[in-house]
Amino acid sequence: MSQSSPLALRGITKQFGAVAAIERFDLEIEAGEIVALVGDNGAGKSTLVKIISGLYQPSSGEIVLNGKPVNFRDASDARAHGVEVVYQDLALVDQQPVYMNMFLGRELVKGPLRTLDRARMAQETQALVTELDVRIPSPRAQLSDLSGGQRQGIAIARATHWASGLVLMDEPTAALGVAETAKVEETILRLKERGAAVLVVSHNLEQVYRIADRVVVLRRGKQIGTRSLADVEKNELVGMITGLVQ
Amino acid sequence: MTSALDRLRAVNWRDYVVYFAFALVFVYFAITQSEYFLTTSNLTNVIIQAAPITVMAVGTVFVLATGEIDLSIGSTVAVAALVTAKVLESTEVWLLAAGAGILTGLVIGLVNGLFVTVVRLPSFLVTLATMGLLVGVARQLTDLKSVPVLDDSFVWLFGGGEIIGISILVWWTALVVFVGWHVLRQKRFGAHVLAVGNSPAAAQVTGIRVARVRLAVFMISGATAALAGILYSGRLQGARYTLGESDMMSVLAAVIVGGTALVGGKGAVVGALAGSLLMAMINNGLILAGLNVSQQMIVRGVIILIAVSLSLRAKKSN
Ligand SMILES: Nc1ncnc2c1ncn2[C@@H]1O[C@H](COP(=O)(O)OP(=O)(O)O)[C@@H](O)[C@H]1O
Ligand SMILES: [Mg+2]
Repeated sequence: MSQSSPLALRGITKQFGAVAAIERFDLEIEAGEIVALVGDNGAGKSTLVKIISGLYQPSSGEIVLNGKPVNFRDASDARAHGVEVVYQDLALVDQQPVYMNMFLGRELVKGPLRTLDRARMAQETQALVTELDVRIPSPRAQLSDLSGGQRQGIAIARATHWASGLVLMDEPTAALGVAETAKVEETILRLKERGAAVLVVSHNLEQVYRIADRVVVLRRGKQIGTRSLADVEKNELVGMITGLVQ
Repeated sequence: MTSALDRLRAVNWRDYVVYFAFALVFVYFAITQSEYFLTTSNLTNVIIQAAPITVMAVGTVFVLATGEIDLSIGSTVAVAALVTAKVLESTEVWLLAAGAGILTGLVIGLVNGLFVTVVRLPSFLVTLATMGLLVGVARQLTDLKSVPVLDDSFVWLFGGGEIIGISILVWWTALVVFVGWHVLRQKRFGAHVLAVGNSPAAAQVTGIRVARVRLAVFMISGATAALAGILYSGRLQGARYTLGESDMMSVLAAVIVGGTALVGGKGAVVGALAGSLLMAMINNGLILAGLNVSQQMIVRGVIILIAVSLSLRAKKSN
């Protein structure tokens, strides 16, 4: 494995009091690779995502980004290091235009008075949604006027725009219908083409087979296995998730 | 054809209702009270009467847009006015006096903000408590006595002055509204205020310092309330513990009628100006029509009820 893969996790452990939510978790994700994280409810998937995105601090273990060990104080610290997260419940602001959501917390300004550069934000948003083929009426549309799929598309586009190579997604299609899910999956595959490393939590094994290169199975905080999807049958995967296969 | 119709439907009429109401009330009074109402001096008088409310309304837009509320502005007016008048009395330096007044407002806002962000109490409770506390402070400060304001520069600058024939209070109104509009609409801070009011969680994960934004809006609100107190003491040439007593409801009415959502995420500074002028115009017209203070209060209460209902209904239908 290369020294500078976008993300390497070494022996990540997270205790909540006496409960071990994650035990000695190891994973390396290469650029242009999509790794799916699967497991039953309460397996620790979200906890792992929150650790990588700075919302939780690991009890022990090491997070290495592009070869450099990091230690995040909080979510904005992780964001400053180029780690972007797409949340299931969308971290978007309904009553603002799409372009403001794209630049939330990092708004572009112009001139000596440092006023908001709405035109440039709208323009860059348009370029990005065009590139990722997220179809929206206009970058100036209010977010609340978009469908769930369009919004998740915007959330992914935002993550793409700001990520320096690593995007985390916690059940990005859980709230979407079939057609919208397909659209979001396309967007995720475009991220891969662009060379991003993607870690995606999913409940949907068909989806995992459609988009991911490798899969990691978690069960009650334990890392049951990490497999290439080319080498693993769905039955075996189900067994690993439920505990029928050790 | 359909797209034009759709676009027309997509317009949020509530955002503009204040301007229609303004035009309607204006025309109504112009017809029914034509003699006095339409004179330039009466119309200027409406803006001058409204000046402290307008100034406070601008600060309140920021607070409501963040999803908070500041009930202590009325009593801040009195405390800041009294501090200003006392400092002016002893130093006779208008800049020092006004500075002390504004500082008082900022400190009150800071205290409110700290209780909301650090102690994590609802702003409704915090500012209800500080409101009561400040009423006491205002009464205690000068033992219920009023303090005269005699300094010529101070009275010119904050009450009686004119620039190119236009009252200084009109200039103050214009300045505060412009700065408020600029900050809310054109600065990153304004965008963060709206984001925090709309979704604190989303603001947080994108790295916006939510607590700092909340703290700042309470300080802005304290400062505008203090400036309102200074403008009162300049116009009335004196400060008294009763100043601002009944202003909080007028300010909230102006802001909500003006299109700022009571639940956060939306703020309209120019709308608040229109709301404030509308309320002042209604007051003015009611006085000309011969209604007494009690009747005016009843009318104002009805307007607030209607405005708040519209505000909350608009949110639900979203
Ligand atoms: N903040 C927390 N405090 C205590 N326990 C937690 C916390 N967050 C998660 N857990 C526990 O950690 C385990 C894993 O949860 P989670 O990561 O949300 O699972 P998943 O996303 O795989 O469904 C669960 O047993 C859950 O109760
Ligand atoms: Mg989860």
